[in-house]
Amino acid sequence: MITLQLAWRNLWRHRRRTWLTASAIAFATTLLVFMITLQLGAYDMMIDTSLRVFTGQLQVQRQGYHAKPQMRATVPDAQALAARLRAASGLDGVAARAQGFALASSVSRSYGVPVIGVEPEFEARVSTLPHLIKQGRYLSSDQAQEAVLGAALARNLKLQIGDELTLLGSGKDGSIAATIVPVVGIFESGNPELDRHLVQLPLKTFQEVFTMGDDAHAIVVSGPSHEAIPQTQATVAAQLAPGSGLVVLDWEQLIPGLRQLIQADMVQNWITYIALILIVTLSIMNTFLMSVLERTREFGIMLALGSSPWRIGVIVLLESVYLTLLGLGIGLLLGGGIAVYLHYEGFTFPGMAEIYAQFGLPGVIHPKLSFAGFTLGPAVIFVFTVLAALYPALRIRKLQPVEAIHAV
Amino acid sequence: MIMEHTVICRHVSKVYRQESVAVQALTDINLEIPKKDFACLSGPSGSGKSTLLNLIGGLDRPTGGEITVDGQRVDQLGKSELAALRLHKIGFVFQAYNLIPVLTAIENVEFVMQLQGMAAAERAVKAREILHEVGLDGLEYRRPGELSGGQQQRVAVARAIVSEPSLVLADEPTANLDSKTAENLMQLLAHMNQEHGVTFIFSTHDKLVMDFSRRLITLHDGSIVNDVRRE
Repeated sequence: MITLQLAWRNLWRHRRRTWLTASAIAFATTLLVFMITLQLGAYDMMIDTSLRVFTGQLQVQRQGYHAKPQMRATVPDAQALAARLRAASGLDGVAARAQGFALASSVSRSYGVPVIGVEPEFEARVSTLPHLIKQGRYLSSDQAQEAVLGAALARNLKLQIGDELTLLGSGKDGSIAATIVPVVGIFESGNPELDRHLVQLPLKTFQEVFTMGDDAHAIVVSGPSHEAIPQTQATVAAQLAPGSGLVVLDWEQLIPGLRQLIQADMVQNWITYIALILIVTLSIMNTFLMSVLERTREFGIMLALGSSPWRIGVIVLLESVYLTLLGLGIGLLLGGGIAVYLHYEGFTFPGMAEIYAQFGLPGVIHPKLSFAGFTLGPAVIFVFTVLAALYPALRIRKLQPVEAIHAV
Repeated sequence: MIMEHTVICRHVSKVYRQESVAVQALTDINLEIPKKDFACLSGPSGSGKSTLLNLIGGLDRPTGGEITVDGQRVDQLGKSELAALRLHKIGFVFQAYNLIPVLTAIENVEFVMQLQGMAAAERAVKAREILHEVGLDGLEYRRPGELSGGQQQRVAVARAIVSEPSLVLADEPTANLDSKTAENLMQLLAHMNQEHGVTFIFSTHDKLVMDFSRRLITLHDGSIVNDVRRE
């Protein structure tokens, strides 16, 4: 009890110094809470936007197809399965897709490209591509003989709306797959990979050209929140017949690069955060060293009275804990307040909305309100500041009572 | 009748090393302080009186010889055992800045008892009684900064004797006090010695303190040159 009491009162010996140090901690905490919640919000937006453009959050595929996409590795009776999954999951965002490769030709040029067969009715619910048509329109129906393609590909092939696109590939059964379809739409997703290569056909047309029957290569599921993905994955998996050879892959398995990109960004940001925390830590270490040095005689008296060096060290450590908690409390209130406000109002800066809109991204970021967002930064600050007080506290162990008492 | 001794020093010596130079602070000190004694170590600066007081109190270690306090060999104790000895058997009064500035007078008096693990109610009663005895009624909740030098020394005395130690060591207790306050403090210490039966050893230059003591031990260049009982 006396230890707690002494530590608390010692903290207030130099009010101005205590408040200045607590302010440094509070400033760092405010900044970290705001930055981390914003960062997590931005990651969610990035993941969401990336997945919504094309991939979806989950996909049902034949085992091994993702690593080695072969025409024969199909999902049988795909549209019926997609309908069953819609009913079971309660999600509208379920659509079948088939994928092949073809030589896409215009009158003057040819390029090898992936061709995707989609269900136009449902594709708009799993992908933002149908909403990113810059010229013309999206595919009208399952059976329509028409195609949409990316803007860069259209430019490279010198194709415009109404021009004919010739596709030449090989079907599931090894036969020649060939068709000529008019271009009805050109999309611009902001994703160079999609804009340069992708051609979409209605699923029935694709199945007919590539002799797929009712098969497709993937059922794309989109819509659940990040937190609900594992549950939806389990629901979808339960609908697959045992021994069917089908698997449910989540977005991290489908686009491992996205997670790596986020992790790399996180590491980069944390280097900045750690630099900030180190500056605060050094200021605290300085405060505590001063505080210990100026109280050497007092510590000597306490040692003479029978107090153990260990107890005095604990008092100094407790002072650091109190000071840090004070700064963290203020910082959490400020940083948390800003994060909560911006979570509802959105964070943006002049010009951001216009730039983001070109790529189909929302023009504002909403900081993510999560336990990690609020506690990660403060927890690291807490550990560093307590460690900063450890050195002065450990110095006390070396104090000799007689020398300490005669210290000036 | 066998006289009981609170402190026994046998052939005690202390050498300080200052860089490469050895300084002989005490040489072959032999001393016995009986229980309830009121003894004064005097001598010029550098004579070794504070060094001897520090060795007896376990604040420093002798280079040679034996020191026994209340039956315990101080020179053989480890760091934590010395802390325990100081906590339970020895009270200290230093010349100034004796008190913990963030604690009130009563909390300073309770401090040692808290370290000893005494129950809150018991130590509050004892602290109040002793503060009353040293004449600090009404000043219990003042912090050291709000007390005069004499009042602060009274609190230090109260703290030193409240847990009823065998021995109180006072290193120049009147050094920062005016003569009137110093006399009052010495009267108080003499009263405590008689009332509580606590052994007192002072180190001082102050003639007033010497006049109050019942035994005057004079040191010079680290050796006892005179030891006079004045009863």
